[in-house]
Amino acid sequence: MGDVLDIIVKRLALGAVTLLVISIIIFGMVELLPGDVAQAILGQGATAENLAALRARLGLGDPAIVRYFDWLGGAVLGDFGRSAVTDTPVGDLIGPRFANTLFLACYAAVIAVPLAITLGVIVALLRNTIFDRVANVATLTAISSPEFFLGYILILYLSVKTGYFPAIAKLSSDMTFLDLLHRTFLPALTMVLVVVAHMMRMTRAAIINLLASPYIEMARVKGMPAWKVIVKHALPNAWAPIINVIALNLAYLITGVVLVEFVFVYPGIGQLLVDSVTKRDFPIVQACCLIFAATFILLNLAADVLSILTNPRLRHKK
Amino acid sequence: MSGSYRDEMLNRMAQEARRGRLSRREFMAYSVAAGLTASAASGLWTSKIAKAAPQKGGTFKVGLHDGNTSDSHDPGTYQSVGQIQIAHATRSYLTEITPENGLGPDMAEAWSATPDARVWTFELNKNATFHDGRKFTAKDAAASLNFHRGESSTSAAKSLLADVTDIKIDGDHTIHIELGQGSADLPWIMTDYHLVMLPAKDDGSVEWESGIGAGPYKIEKHEPGVVSELVRHEGWHREGAYFDKIEIIVLNDPNARQTALVTGDVHAVTSVDLKTLALLARSPNIEVDNVPSGSAITLPMHCDVAPFNDVNVRQALKYACNRQELVDKILFGTGTVGNDYHVSPGMPYYPDLPQREYDLDKAKYHLKQAGLTELNVELSAADSVLPGAVDMCVLYSEHAKPAGINIKAVREPNDGYWSDVWLKKPFCFVKWGARPTPDNMFTLAYKDDAAWNESHWQNERFNELLLLAKKELDQERRSAMYREMCELAKDDGGTVLPMFTNFVYARDKSVQHSGNLASSWELDGGRGYHRWWFAS
Repeated sequence: MGDVLDIIVKRLALGAVTLLVISIIIFGMVELLPGDVAQAILGQGATAENLAALRARLGLGDPAIVRYFDWLGGAVLGDFGRSAVTDTPVGDLIGPRFANTLFLACYAAVIAVPLAITLGVIVALLRNTIFDRVANVATLTAISSPEFFLGYILILYLSVKTGYFPAIAKLSSDMTFLDLLHRTFLPALTMVLVVVAHMMRMTRAAIINLLASPYIEMARVKGMPAWKVIVKHALPNAWAPIINVIALNLAYLITGVVLVEFVFVYPGIGQLLVDSVTKRDFPIVQACCLIFAATFILLNLAADVLSILTNPRLRHKK
Repeated sequence: MSGSYRDEMLNRMAQEARRGRLSRREFMAYSVAAGLTASAASGLWTSKIAKAAPQKGGTFKVGLHDGNTSDSHDPGTYQSVGQIQIAHATRSYLTEITPENGLGPDMAEAWSATPDARVWTFELNKNATFHDGRKFTAKDAAASLNFHRGESSTSAAKSLLADVTDIKIDGDHTIHIELGQGSADLPWIMTDYHLVMLPAKDDGSVEWESGIGAGPYKIEKHEPGVVSELVRHEGWHREGAYFDKIEIIVLNDPNARQTALVTGDVHAVTSVDLKTLALLARSPNIEVDNVPSGSAITLPMHCDVAPFNDVNVRQALKYACNRQELVDKILFGTGTVGNDYHVSPGMPYYPDLPQREYDLDKAKYHLKQAGLTELNVELSAADSVLPGAVDMCVLYSEHAKPAGINIKAVREPNDGYWSDVWLKKPFCFVKWGARPTPDNMFTLAYKDDAAWNESHWQNERFNELLLLAKKELDQERRSAMYREMCELAKDDGGTVLPMFTNFVYARDKSVQHSGNLASSWELDGGRGYHRWWFAS
């Protein structure tokens, strides 16, 4: 176990450095965009006079490097600053929206991960049958279609034509949990369709790969039923690649939702990020991007640790 | 058709219309078919259906486009549709644009000017209150206007009030606004969406952060860019505010808006997607409001830059544009053709000058007069200004090609268009929001020294007339002056003005209105919230 702890600490330290580099890149990118926050706020209504007054009020007079270190100084201490446009603390703006995004990601993951693994095991079992082909074609079609298109198709058939589910995922505080699940079903389903194929195909490939191994043959020869061979003997050894793919897809559920949020009008973090980039609202852009980056770093770390834990061979150095 | 049979039929139609099953247009068509004149049918609509007493009650849910998480309550930064609509629903202005596109009272009940139009007196409504119960007084009115003035003001409306030299408080309910030069339009300017009335603080500044206003509805919950829930302000000083509650839901995606309307999640939406307008209009429960507006597309040419410094080149470009085709293909018919002067048919003092036609011979003639056989220019556009803006420029270049005019449509980045392209590139695509009066529009974008004189046009006579007309209180003389200015803009000006766009919004048939709609903003000038009601 000591080794695993060692890895976690090392990886977290590396992660912090990665975040720092990312923050510099994001700051540079926002600086490179044409126009600044004052121009974005005033838009067509900008004149030289009110631009100058607004810039002074927002403290945009300082050179870029000074503004970056001002921000960094706060961020290290956990203060991510205030929105340049509305002057609200970044945490207040992002908090509730990030919670919404996490909820949708969890909702989708709870459906997608078991579904993908079960399907993966079944298609491995029934490989090269009609069922295998149909499952492959269906999931690959879903992953190859843009999210907004899937969303519109689901809205058309499950909302406009039949009325089973609401088309807009508008949240309100007086909803029961069941209402909430009903309201957000279509966006969650869209996300599920987008991520299932990848995980299912990896499960199938990893298992089929193992089926040629001698120990599987041994299990078969001693008369074990095929499904038991796969679940008891093949799957445990296939976890490492599957976990990696699951981690990647979970990260995508959090960072890749912008289009789904847009189509279903779901108040998540993606919409906030897009709005903030348009307004050049640097503190919010920075915080959102760092959250996305941290999601990837942490989920990858979790995947690696889990792969090691599920595979005793990786735990003990030879 | 016998008289009694016709009356019976008209009565039934009126009944159907009151229940929202017959639109105004359908009612007019059937009435005319039944033998009524159009004006009689229109009068019947007004007296029998529209006047059907509005009733109170219900939660009016509206799906809005262009709402952002960064939308602030600071009236100096009002810019998005979301901000402007919420401002009209929750805050009030001194005056308002009526559904008939005239000027009416709001927070001020009467106004008058000195003969030189330099001092305006506004009598404020004595019953007006803010949402927290405070009385609305002259001090609040003065502070609200002063917020946009002065050295340190960051307001986008600063230039609008540049002529104001002082605002004097006279008792509790009177203010005098003093101007450096006479302006006959000041009461119209007071309808500008920035100039909301806010509670004053003791130091003469205003309290805008709280979102409190004196409008028909008060904010109960406000999540910028997501949803705003409003309830009726029971102490509101005017008729109307029939809905108990309003829910403004931001739906930036056009498909989401339309779906929400069709599935009944909202009762009205702004900015209908024009490509699918015909399909939406076929839906039996939905009524589309297609309202001509003063919002113009302009293509300004810098008059001090070659080749646009030659008036013949400008004329050639104006003649080389097939405006009707642009309206039909880019706006799907929801617009009116422009005539190269920035006064729309719905604006006061609109002069009905002969329409400029698409005329390649005249375009060639002017090109020849300019000593050219061929003209190559670049026209910059971005689709963020208007969906289809780049397509419009490409279509225009096809119109102009046979005359030997090669217009190269350049797609500019959406981001930073207003800071990097507009006022910088010599020929570009611009969309203007509606302004209430010609003086307002000309002063903003056509006056020789205006910061936004987008075509750098300098015309001595035009600028002389602009100043004269500004302070002229005699309507007839004023009208003649604006006519002359429009002629100058049309034949000498540096702007191709191909069309005015309509506001196209839709509502459930259960939502009723008077049949007249203000053309200043979407949803009846942003005032559908207190003017409309639910049919029983």
